Formats: sequence, structure tokens, C-alpha cells
Amino acid sequence: MKKSPVKTIVAIGIGAALFFVLGRFVSIPSPVPNTNITIQYGLLGFMAVLFGPIAGVLIGLIGHFLIDLSWGYGIWWSWVIASGVFGLLMGLAGTRLKLGEGEFGGKGIAVFNVSQVISHLICWVVVAPILDILMYAEPANKVFLQGLVGGAVNIVTTAVVGTLLCLAYAATKPKKGSLKEEK
Amino acid sequence: MINIFNYVDRPSPIHRLTGATKLVCLLLWTFAAMSTYDTRLLIAMAVLSLILFRISKIRVKDVSFLLVLMTTFMVLNNLLIFIFSPQHGVSLYGASHPVFRITERYTVTQEQLFYHLNLVLKYLATIPAVILFVCSTNPSEFAASLNRIGVKYTIAYSVALALRYIPDIQKEYHEISQAQQARGIEMSRKQNLIKRLKSASAILIPLILSSMDRIDTISNAMELRGFGKNRKRTWYMARPFRTADFIAMAVCALLLAAAIVLNVVNGSRFWNPFT
Repeated sequence: MKKSPVKTIVAIGIGAALFFVLGRFVSIPSPVPNTNITIQYGLLGFMAVLFGPIAGVLIGLIGHFLIDLSWGYGIWWSWVIASGVFGLLMGLAGTRLKLGEGEFGGKGIAVFNVSQVISHLICWVVVAPILDILMYAEPANKVFLQGLVGGAVNIVTTAVVGTLLCLAYAATKPKKGSLKEEK
Repeated sequence: MINIFNYVDRPSPIHRLTGATKLVCLLLWTFAAMSTYDTRLLIAMAVLSLILFRISKIRVKDVSFLLVLMTTFMVLNNLLIFIFSPQHGVSLYGASHPVFRITERYTVTQEQLFYHLNLVLKYLATIPAVILFVCSTNPSEFAASLNRIGVKYTIAYSVALALRYIPDIQKEYHEISQAQQARGIEMSRKQNLIKRLKSASAILIPLILSSMDRIDTISNAMELRGFGKNRKRTWYMARPFRTADFIAMAVCALLLAAAIVLNVVNGSRFWNPFT
């Protein structure tokens, strides 16, 4: 079944709204005081795998942009762009999975998690800190440490939340060839 | 539902500018403030943004929550930078004038203080402008503005959809969360981290699956109405440009130009009073 472009547009809108709500209002208290763990990247990984790279980029960019706007601490383009890149990479990884057809077994879990770990490392340890240095001229060791901590947290949350979301979604879809002719 | 974007509806010259103008100005302004570390330009922009704040008739009371957040963020960021790189200013400005020392590594230098001053000025130059944009732009007009500045209307429509559905999704999240808590899931500090993440997923899964249905319903409705057939689309909230709009955009373009020129004249992004 070919996905209609309108569906992608709506998925971007709803995905960005979900990303915003999760990033802005839903946070889990973490062991470190005053630091909360947010789970929106698990959602972004799932949506990107399901709806493709274009949806992934735009959900990341729009969702993160809106979060920054609503907090009012300015727009940190470096991190907004990093979120977009994560969506893009997961969308590309998603072309190897058939989540839309309800297939997400052991191989799917492995592909999803390997690609999310790689994508998170690229985004938070490479893209975000380098953009921080180029755009805001911040000290390198500070931004790399921030990136490492953020990246590690995002990897854990994506591994748990993203995988569970994919499994739950796949379970709602009838599998290909699951109908048998009665004789 | 609370007003997430803090839009304050109050007649003022800033409110009368079209959303597209304010978006263009916001982009030009943040790029100018981002690209330069020239103290003189940053001071000018900080002062200008405070003046604009007065003109917009937005009261400090309206944005006190945002201001507290911004100050915390600014202090934390400065502290982190000093802890991780106490001599960053020295390497940037190529000179070292110690003021006093805490330990060998944490010697406070004039250069470092000057760098922090620049950082604070950067916040003062950027954040009032962002708050101003958020408080004076009607969210419904925002999507129309995106289309106006050349973003494809399909993407602008995605943004419009996101803004439209944020309150709905927030409400739904809240309902599911309470239902699941009544069944005994726990997300507080008493649980270990993995358990907490799993409980979060127990709320997320119903939310996501119902959102998938929502996507189907909305996209079917849009498709039935022929969305995406034509190359162009008109917007209810779009307004024509007036003279004030052109002036505002010209001023912001000049600021960005000034930032770029200063970067070239100074030979780097920093204005260096030390050498």
C-alpha cells in the first residue's frame, strides 16, 4: 500500500505535537537532582521509522523549535538541528524495517536499537557540540560533556520507550499472510 | 487549558506587525545575535530589545515565569562554562590579566570575565526578542507566516496541525495518565529508573495508538476535501504588509549586516579590547 503524501503531512503535525507535549510536560525525575529525563526521543525514533526520513526531520525540527519557543530561553539552533538529524537518521534506518506492515521481531528490535544508538551518538556527540562551538563559541570540553550525558540518557530512553512503542504498534497490525483459506 | 505559548492579546505597534514580519525579524535577529560576539553591537541590541519590549506593552508580570527560567538557564550555563573551561577567555582573547585566584586552575582573569559578560549580553539581546515574538504573535497566524516567507504550504500546514492538536494531546495524556495511575502504575522517585520508563510507556502506548487513529481520521478528511491538489493555498489569518512591516524588516536586516561587517572588520567574531 502506498502511503499518501497527505498522511505524511498529518503525521508530521501530530508527531510534532506529541514530541512537544512529551518534551515539555512529561518528565521523569532522575537520580540527579533538578534534572528530569524526557522521553520524546523514543517517540521520535518510532515515528521516523514508521513515516520515513522526511517526517523524521520535520517532526524533530518543528517539535524542538516549539519547545524552545515555549520555554522562552531563546532558540538553540544547534540542538534543534541535532533533533532533526536524529529524525532523519532514524527515518533512513526505518526503510530497512517493515514496521508499517506489522513486522517487528527480534531482527527488528536489533536493527532499531543499533541504529538509534549510532544516530544518537552522531547527533549529540558530533552534530550538537560542533554546532555549539561554531555558532556559540562555547568551550569544547563543556559542550562535549553535555552532549555525552544527553546522548547517553537519550539512548537509554529510546531503547526502552522506542522499542516498546514499536512492539505495541506492530501488535495492532495484522501480519502479511496471516489469513488462511479455510478448506 | 493553559496558554502554552503565552500569547498576550493587547493592541500595540508590535502586535499590529504581520506574523510574517515578526518571524523574519526573529530569524534575522537571532542569527545576528548568534553570529557576533562584538560587545558594542550586543549592548546596542540588548538596549533595543528592551525598548521594543516597552513599545509592545507586554508587562513583566506577563512573562515573569519565562524570565525566572531564562535567568536560571543563564546562570547555570555560565557556571558550567567556568567550571569546565576557566581559561576559555584567555585562549579567545590571547592575553591574560589575572584578577584573583581561587586555585591554580581557577584563576579568574579579566578575559574570562569579559567573555562571560559577552555571554550574558547575548542572552539579553536574544531572549527579550524571542519572548516578544512569542507574546505578540497569534499562534494561528504563525503557520500562515511560514508559508508567506517561502516555506511550502504543506509543511506550514503541518505546523498549523501541531499547534492545533497540542492542547488536545495534552488533555488526552492527562486523562490516560490518571487512568493508569488508578490502576497502580508508579512514576515517582520510589521506583527504579527502568521501571519508571516502563510505566511511562504504559501511558504512552495508548496515547500513541489513539494518535495513529487520529492521523488516519484527519488525513482521510483532508484527502476527501482535496488537500494538496493545488500548488497554492490561501490563509484566513494572512494579512497584507504595511510600511511598518518593511521598516521593521529593514532594521533587522541592517542588524544582521552590521554583525557580519563587524565580524569582518574585527577579523574574528570577538571584539578584542585586550590587545
